[in-house]
Amino acid sequence: MPVVGQSVRRKDGIGKATGRVQYADDLVFPGMLYGRTIRTTIPCGRIQDVKFQLSPGLTICDFRDIPGKNVVSLIVDDQPCLVEREVRHVAEPVLLLAHEDRDALLAATVEIEYEEVTPLFDPLRSEQVLKELLIEKGNLEKGFASADVIVEGVYRTGHQEHIYIETNGVVAVPEKNGIAVHGSIQCPFYVDRALRVLLGPGRHVRVVQAETGGGFGGKEEYPSMLACHATLLALKSGRPVKIIYDRVEDMLATTKRHPSLVRHKTGVKRDGRITAMDVEVVIDGGAYVTLSPVVLSRGGIHAAGPYRCANTRIRGRAMFTNTPPNGAFRGFGAPQTQFAMEVHMERIAETLGLDPVKVRERNALRPGDFTATGQKLREDCSALTVLREAVKRSGYRRKSKKYKGTNKGIGIALFYHGSGFTGSGELKLASRAAVECTERGVRLLVSSTEIGQGTRTMHAQIVADAMDIPYEQVEVAPVDTAVVPDSGPTVASRTCMVVGKILQRASEELKQKLGGMPPAEYYKRYGPLRVEKEHVPPEWLKWDEDRYRGDAYVTFAWACDVAEVEVDRDTFEVRPLRITAVQDIGRAIHPALATGQIEGGTGQGVGFALIEQVVMKNGAMANAQLTNYTIPTTLDTPDMDVVLLENPFPEGPFGAKGLGELPIDGPAPAIVNAIRSLGIDVREVPATPEVVMLAASNSRPAVERHVDMLTYGAPVAVFPPTARAPA
Amino acid sequence: MRLTLNGAAVDVEAHPMKRLLDVLREECGLTGTKEGCGEGECGACTVLIDDQPVCACLVPWAHVDGRTVTSIEGLADQHPLQQAFMDEVGAQCGICTPGMILAAIALGPNPSLTKIKEGLAGNLCRCTGYEAIYRAIQSTAPVIPRSAAD
Repeated sequence: MPVVGQSVRRKDGIGKATGRVQYADDLVFPGMLYGRTIRTTIPCGRIQDVKFQLSPGLTICDFRDIPGKNVVSLIVDDQPCLVEREVRHVAEPVLLLAHEDRDALLAATVEIEYEEVTPLFDPLRSEQVLKELLIEKGNLEKGFASADVIVEGVYRTGHQEHIYIETNGVVAVPEKNGIAVHGSIQCPFYVDRALRVLLGPGRHVRVVQAETGGGFGGKEEYPSMLACHATLLALKSGRPVKIIYDRVEDMLATTKRHPSLVRHKTGVKRDGRITAMDVEVVIDGGAYVTLSPVVLSRGGIHAAGPYRCANTRIRGRAMFTNTPPNGAFRGFGAPQTQFAMEVHMERIAETLGLDPVKVRERNALRPGDFTATGQKLREDCSALTVLREAVKRSGYRRKSKKYKGTNKGIGIALFYHGSGFTGSGELKLASRAAVECTERGVRLLVSSTEIGQGTRTMHAQIVADAMDIPYEQVEVAPVDTAVVPDSGPTVASRTCMVVGKILQRASEELKQKLGGMPPAEYYKRYGPLRVEKEHVPPEWLKWDEDRYRGDAYVTFAWACDVAEVEVDRDTFEVRPLRITAVQDIGRAIHPALATGQIEGGTGQGVGFALIEQVVMKNGAMANAQLTNYTIPTTLDTPDMDVVLLENPFPEGPFGAKGLGELPIDGPAPAIVNAIRSLGIDVREVPATPEVVMLAASNSRPAVERHVDMLTYGAPVAVFPPTARAPA
Repeated sequence: MRLTLNGAAVDVEAHPMKRLLDVLREECGLTGTKEGCGEGECGACTVLIDDQPVCACLVPWAHVDGRTVTSIEGLADQHPLQQAFMDEVGAQCGICTPGMILAAIALGPNPSLTKIKEGLAGNLCRCTGYEAIYRAIQSTAPVIPRSAAD
């Protein structure tokens, strides 16, 4: 019986329900030491001196202990593993300590003397451009000339901290002439590569994923840093070294969602049709490049929302500032830019006095339409379907009337999310996956990690159906870079659609080779048989990396959220009551897991919208503990009604598209639009009581005033003419 | 220190001010109890002391002298809630799950949705949006036969 489309039992359900699965902090190796990181306390300057006392049993490493290159290798090798002299942000690692006794380790004192340099925290004042992009289509001037009305606005989103409940942690174990690193890791081959650069050629490197207690992008790049640190200590001491961050260190030192400022200028006809869109995006990259260029790309490409417009310009910039680098977080730039687009869309409807649903319907992308990058959409474009279904399902029209004159509001957001790496990214990755016969059935081998989303289960379902064998006969190899092929990173909503498809093809080939014989029987008779395949992007995919033209993604997933809120007119607290989430994901391989992704992503989106506020003081997170940075509890999370729609993507496994990130794009604009329906002009998130109070008591939104000081009315200040033009 | 741990009388030596969380994980080898924040906010380290849910990161070892402590391992894989969390996908990454299940046990039988939400407000989950956790807990409630419900 086919299992795709069935909510079969999770492969890891039992281990998790019994607490038996082993996370990084549960791992113990003989002779293991504990590691600690000494970090900078200033945002910008130079180290003059480092003073510490040697004590028995203490291992100490600084940059001079690095055998290879002193970088955490990623896109651009600019981030040091350990600071040599130049300090670019608070909480940069300088010195590493290890000891077998944690009390002795914590008792060790280190003093660092600095020469301080004036730091820069405001991305709008920064002159250091990290990455720039330009997307152009049609003729902007002509588009604005044909408009009846021009609507302008500025929108802002704040940092967001991942708050995976398991903090970052690794254990490095000396092995052969090198190292094995076990840890809480989203992308083991990123770590593998970073270690090889750190250690130099000829060293043995192996990375093993421990059970991982949540990632959400937060364990995409930073685990490479931890792995490098633990490795240096392990190699110097000759003993296994465990580094587990406590919550404060994790929040202070590791990446967050990029704060953004987006300015929209849109030309519209009286009937709501968009004639021109001019969008400017600025994100705060922090002190090193890390993943910011790619975040800006995805953010920029999604900045025009799921709408058609013949004349579009999107300009984007990621700026350097003296804060810890911002990084990957579920949605990867798209939640920021689509927040701006969807709140702006609401303001267009308000300005024209039109129904917000009608304005969206009029402009929503249809099959055959072209996106901002000039990508022609196929039949798997479902913007109108999700919009209409969400309006109907939520009772949007009835409730809009019913809530008039009350403290309740209702808001809508239409959004989409590109599946897989941008443009030719998947071609460059050339991901691989394998299946092989075992004495029990079939084993699948991928480097895609299980971080809660159900990778193991979903991949096993695909293999089971492609092989036509029972789901129970499919096992999943532990992710160990010495054993599994490189399936690319577990990011970008690609694990099901891209890696799942490779597995499907490999399984079909294996099935054919078996010629009808059960895999276990084949194994017993003839021994091992393995098929490994590489990802093949569709032939029609064309992408111009320099000009941002063409097929940005092989497909998009489409969704519409309707949020209902209640605003306390005395305290200005916003209570989210209900979110209806209608999401087209192509095909749900495992409906319960897919629903879980949407519910979880929606919950994170609610936090992003209302309560998750990172307070930065002097370049450091001032509220770096869960007491002061709160994520939604059961009582803060609204009721959810999730509807899965299935408009298959013909080239995905069994029709599946990417799903992981889509649900976080919608809640923030839907909630803010619900607040707006009460006549409160909010244009930023988190919409804390302070923000809502200001918006309710002032005629001009706070975010406009903020930008006023710097750039209001002068976009050239955001994009100075002296700056290098994008290629 | 003598206490009843997961149904058995035990005598464990540890510094009286050491956190219960650390004693369970290190001295007793019971790693099913997880640390998420170390300050009683996330509930990942929830255990039952005399059937009441507490954060083991806030409890000094001396406090449990003579008490009855239950960690996830004490359920011996037999509890219907463990089954329900598997069936309803109440666990995604799984790190909050042991604490969540113990907190749910403390709710007693057939809790209403309001009672579940109030009772679990001290247990953070970043993966599920809590909906699947509610479904899991509610699925363990005895189903009223249709004829009786009509």
